[in-house]
Amino acid sequence: MMMQRLRRSEEFIRFGCESLINLRPNKNSVPRSVSGFVTHYDTKGKLFESNVGNHYNTHRCLGRNLGMLQQYKCFGSSSASQIERKPLFSSLDSKDVSSFKEILGDKNVVEDEERLETANTDWMKKYKGSSKLMLLPKNTEEVSQILQYCDSRRLAVVPQGGNTGLVGGSVPVFDEVIINVGLMNKVLAFDEVSGVLVCEAGCILENLATFLDTKGFIMPLDLGAKGSCHIGGNVSTNAGGLRLIRYGSLHGTVLAVTANGNVLDMLGTLRKDNTGYDLKHLFIGSEGSLGIVTKVSILTQPKLSSVNLAFIACKDYLSCQKILVEAKKNLGEILSAFEFLDNNSMDLVLNHLDGVRNPVSSTENFYILIETTGSDETNDREKLEAFLLKSLEKGLVSDGVIAQDINQASSFWRIREGITEALQKAGAVYKYDLSLPVEEIYNIVNDLRRRLGELANVMGYGHLGDGNLHLNISAADYNDKLIGLIEPYVYEWTSKHRGSISAEHGLGVMKANEIFYSKSPETVAIMASIKKLLDPKGILNPYKVLPHSLFSH
Amino acid sequence: MKILVAVKRVVDYAVKIRVKPDKTGVDTQNVKMSMNPFCEIALEEALRIKEAGFAKEVVAVSIGPSQCVDTLRTGLAMGADRGIHVETNSSFLPLTIAKILKSLAEFENPGLIFLGKQAIDDDCNQTGQMVAALLGWPQATFASKVVLDKDKHVATVDREVDGGLETLCVDLPAVITTDLRLNQPRYASLPNIMKAKSKPIKKMTVQDLKVDVKSDIEILQVTEPPQRKSGVMVSSVDELIDKLRNEAHVV
Repeated sequence: MMMQRLRRSEEFIRFGCESLINLRPNKNSVPRSVSGFVTHYDTKGKLFESNVGNHYNTHRCLGRNLGMLQQYKCFGSSSASQIERKPLFSSLDSKDVSSFKEILGDKNVVEDEERLETANTDWMKKYKGSSKLMLLPKNTEEVSQILQYCDSRRLAVVPQGGNTGLVGGSVPVFDEVIINVGLMNKVLAFDEVSGVLVCEAGCILENLATFLDTKGFIMPLDLGAKGSCHIGGNVSTNAGGLRLIRYGSLHGTVLAVTANGNVLDMLGTLRKDNTGYDLKHLFIGSEGSLGIVTKVSILTQPKLSSVNLAFIACKDYLSCQKILVEAKKNLGEILSAFEFLDNNSMDLVLNHLDGVRNPVSSTENFYILIETTGSDETNDREKLEAFLLKSLEKGLVSDGVIAQDINQASSFWRIREGITEALQKAGAVYKYDLSLPVEEIYNIVNDLRRRLGELANVMGYGHLGDGNLHLNISAADYNDKLIGLIEPYVYEWTSKHRGSISAEHGLGVMKANEIFYSKSPETVAIMASIKKLLDPKGILNPYKVLPHSLFSH
Repeated sequence: MKILVAVKRVVDYAVKIRVKPDKTGVDTQNVKMSMNPFCEIALEEALRIKEAGFAKEVVAVSIGPSQCVDTLRTGLAMGADRGIHVETNSSFLPLTIAKILKSLAEFENPGLIFLGKQAIDDDCNQTGQMVAALLGWPQATFASKVVLDKDKHVATVDREVDGGLETLCVDLPAVITTDLRLNQPRYASLPNIMKAKSKPIKKMTVQDLKVDVKSDIEILQVTEPPQRKSGVMVSSVDELIDKLRNEAHVV
């Protein structure tokens, strides 16, 4: 949400001041923010440049002080350190640049170093490429022309939107040309009867939400990055978010895409269309490896006026599961969000964020956020109260509060959404996004706690309603021993329970080689065939999504 | 001692409001309504005083349409003992509200009346002061701290004023209006919500209270503030002076 972006900029100002004042090198301190969740705002090139190679390296400021090699080493398992640039790809030359300028015009061919610095680095400051060129097409034809040229020249490309992904999928690994769709940000059509919105891929999610708000509609997805992420990127990564439990995934709500591996125009606004294989599903979630989404047509929902939010506490995970079942039964059609967090997460937030307090007066082991959205205020409120009181009587809920106005609701959400920020402030963090059967979700947290003991603080929180756990391990600093204990243990554990090693974040470059933990070799082989069919030269977002071993000739 | 707290149902603070096309007021159809934030603070303070043992009963009162019952239920869920709903479909201005509250005060005999310093929909900041004047009671407005002395029947109140803080000592019974920094209102907890279901809300009408509701003020029009005009680039100092003198009339 916008709030998160503003919070991050506050963060930046505070850290920024520290770094300017505290110029003494401190050899023992590892930069706390190498974890990655430092602000989206850049370190302004110069500060970073001067840090490389000199004693400011161990400076406690805005991350990325360590050289790239060391950064990968901190993360240990990152396969990025083992990737080699494919020799088959051509290198950019001046003739290419002038050809692009002919297609796009001079202004939209970016070679400026500062802008490339930002475009080359991912939101978490964890991955950095070395691209020398960024292209800004204005429409589908330009995208098509660029891609045809790159294909003929065998130039690797990276499609880029808001660059808010968490698995390094939106930035170059080496010198791939960045194709950023940010200029394609027009809303093309909106039908107020059917609720179908047609827009270009570069529209920022929050802007779309604001536009729809004036018409009395809402987007079917909502996530923390909405102030910066593009709808094209959301579609390409099949983004999940807080509303998935109510409105389903983008596979259900996106009606069509225009994708430009080789100019596929499937843009339609029909709710039902059973003519042949539904290819749009290939592109939704393909993370830019099969084609670049240029336009999206999406089904939006009418905005409902009555929103209620409850924050409840439970003694154990079994109660959480029972409450989920009961909530779906009793709140059924009005349930719009079901999130959980454990006590460690709550403690972290209370310790590291300002102005938050535990809404519930007692400390418990688990906390749940239940949100309902409906059209009848009194009715919904009564339903929610009745459900919660019954749960209280049955002993499933030990305590809870219901938000009385939007301010209180925001403060409840702040706790759940502030965990990411608090993790960043607490030191080093290892992040995992897993889908597991609901009854297993907390077992992995407990197992990992036993395994790591005093070494780290293990936290579990996430979209319980969707069976999606955000597993986070927080430690004072990064070390290889810790990472060795965590990986591949977490992946193997997930695989054993037939879970997904990436519920909503995608594979990107971070987990490209781990896909076998969640998909069989036969399935992956077919994926590779489809990739070779749609992108024979492999120029679209290489080194990502699928294992590198499948493509080395 | 009994404490009377007046709470108002207003458009939620976080909602983006729109003016109705006929300019008679703000659009409140399908818009989230909640208790006025300053009224929440007033109720919270009353509850704390009761918990400290200085009062026996906290009574919440709201004046307005039938949906005010929701607001009163919130008050009961926070911990008020009972509610009074003065039902009316008219939208009353502060003086009328003050007359109604005066009548109620004569009926209930509270030792303290708490109100929010102002409502966020009209920003009048008048009702508390008018109630005190009509009753002939002392008033301490914009309270940021309230300390009661049971034996001496006085309240020592810190007020937030433009120049800083002013400390007043007022004899009870008195009227206190609350400001932002007085306290942080509690959330409505489930056990309290459950208890609130059995707490009574008495319905009354303006006729019961024998109040003359004729208003001397008529609202003619409600409009949005003028859109901010975009800036103009000038090409020379002379042009700037010319514009400042002849267009903006500030020189």
